[in-house]
Amino acid sequence: MKILKNIALSDTGFVFNPSTGDSFSVNPIGLSILKDFKDGKSEADIKKRLLSEYQTDRETIEKDLYDFMKMIEQLHLTEYHEQA
Amino acid sequence: MKKQLYERPLIQRINTGLMNKFGTKTEYAPTSHIDGFAVKDLIKEFGSPVFVLSEQTIRNTYREAVRAFKTRYPRVQFAWSYKTNYINAVCNIFHQEGSWAEVVSGFEYQKAINNGVPGHNIIFNGPDKTDEDLRAAITNNSPIHIDHLDELYRLTELAEEMNKRPNVAIRVNMDTGIYPMWDRFGFNYENGQAWDAINKIMLGERLELIGVHCHIGTFMLSPQAYATAAFKLSDLALGIKKKYNKTLQYIDMGGGFASKNTLKGSYLPGTDTVPTIDQFAEAITTAILNAGFIEKDLPLLILETGRALIDEAGYLLGSVIANKRLSDGRRASIMDFGVNILFTAFWYDHKISPAQEFSSYTEDTVMYGPLCMNIDVVRSNVTLPPLKKDDHVVVHTVGAYNMTQWMQFIAMRPSVVLLGIDGKAHLIRSKEGLENIEMNEVMPEFLKNHQLSVANAK
Repeated sequence: MKILKNIALSDTGFVFNPSTGDSFSVNPIGLSILKDFKDGKSEADIKKRLLSEYQTDRETIEKDLYDFMKMIEQLHLTEYHEQA
Repeated sequence: MKKQLYERPLIQRINTGLMNKFGTKTEYAPTSHIDGFAVKDLIKEFGSPVFVLSEQTIRNTYREAVRAFKTRYPRVQFAWSYKTNYINAVCNIFHQEGSWAEVVSGFEYQKAINNGVPGHNIIFNGPDKTDEDLRAAITNNSPIHIDHLDELYRLTELAEEMNKRPNVAIRVNMDTGIYPMWDRFGFNYENGQAWDAINKIMLGERLELIGVHCHIGTFMLSPQAYATAAFKLSDLALGIKKKYNKTLQYIDMGGGFASKNTLKGSYLPGTDTVPTIDQFAEAITTAILNAGFIEKDLPLLILETGRALIDEAGYLLGSVIANKRLSDGRRASIMDFGVNILFTAFWYDHKISPAQEFSSYTEDTVMYGPLCMNIDVVRSNVTLPPLKKDDHVVVHTVGAYNMTQWMQFIAMRPSVVLLGIDGKAHLIRSKEGLENIEMNEVMPEFLKNHQLSVANAK
């Protein structure tokens, strides 16, 4: 998944889309995922990292990451060609 | 390295400068314990969902209401409204506190008798009393509140037949300045129906008129309406004294005081808008005291308060079955309780708290029940922390009507547990099972067997 290049991420969880003027709040784990995507990491890499860092299981990460990625798409924070 | 606590990733659009239709209040303060009992332990022992009632809160609320009225008026009697919650253990808490019983059906009447309430302390209200009910009430000297002329005439016939003089009151409806005006119970004050009924009783000489009663509404938010009703009932009582030299024993103001729940569509929460019991007490007692009774004729003031005495004592504990994302991006949580057991979800925005610690991040959520029915919505929008499957929640202020209006529909009715002042959790009603559903069914002989063929199976 490719996050729009001009999206601004602050360390406090504030997300800004300068193209639309929309702003968003994101929790710490969500912020770390957005940063990973911005850094070009793959979905599989992110899952692996989350599993190693958090007290949870693979299935939960699988479901929640899927849901989060759908939200990012719905909020128009991804590259256009991925939103279809 | 120690792993961090997991929380589902969340992202939400920030809408600055716009009113948030979901309200400003978030419910991320967890309710992990009720009266010292851990929610997770209660669910482990009694299952999920489970209704929980706090004995301490019931008793405290009752005593507070009694104090509010008895410090303002010399003669006050509460009568527990059985229809609000007629689990016997609950009824007996109120009876232990000194409350009479107020019933609206034959089976409720029998429950009160079985609970050991003396007949003369059971007020029989309601529009539907069978001959059998009326005979029992006459035999036990219970006050019978007459709802309509058909009942008045039937009661007169039964009095003759049984050679008894039943104790009766008339139910009176009236304009108290609120909309909609409840005019379906009893006889109207303004158009003279109430006086017609009084005259028939007094001149008929078969029934003993001992009181007047009203039931002006439910979830009333205006103490002034009660002041108006109390004044009009007092006017009837004083008129009866003047016309027939008859002193009535009581004025019964019925029920209807609001609890602290928030009605759907309310701008402010119920905790901020609902009058206190002291405000209702002040309005009613002032109206009666100023009506013109001489001191020795001051009637007993009866209150059939239900909702306001039990709602805050009740909690529904439940669990998340699943989470999903709706087509418009809203989060939806499916709970293991729905409108089948939380009937009041149709008219309240119930306060719902998570039962475990969360961070301060929240999400607007639609909360659905488990039924395969579109109407099964517990909260159409509530701001909650990210709940995951099997997390527990606590629904607050559910003690009134849910444990009587609940439906056996698709899912079974759950256990009810009383958190006792003895520090123990007591099961006061067991979870229902298939045997409860089928116990009244009868299978005709010709339908007992069948053999599905492969063709039929298609």
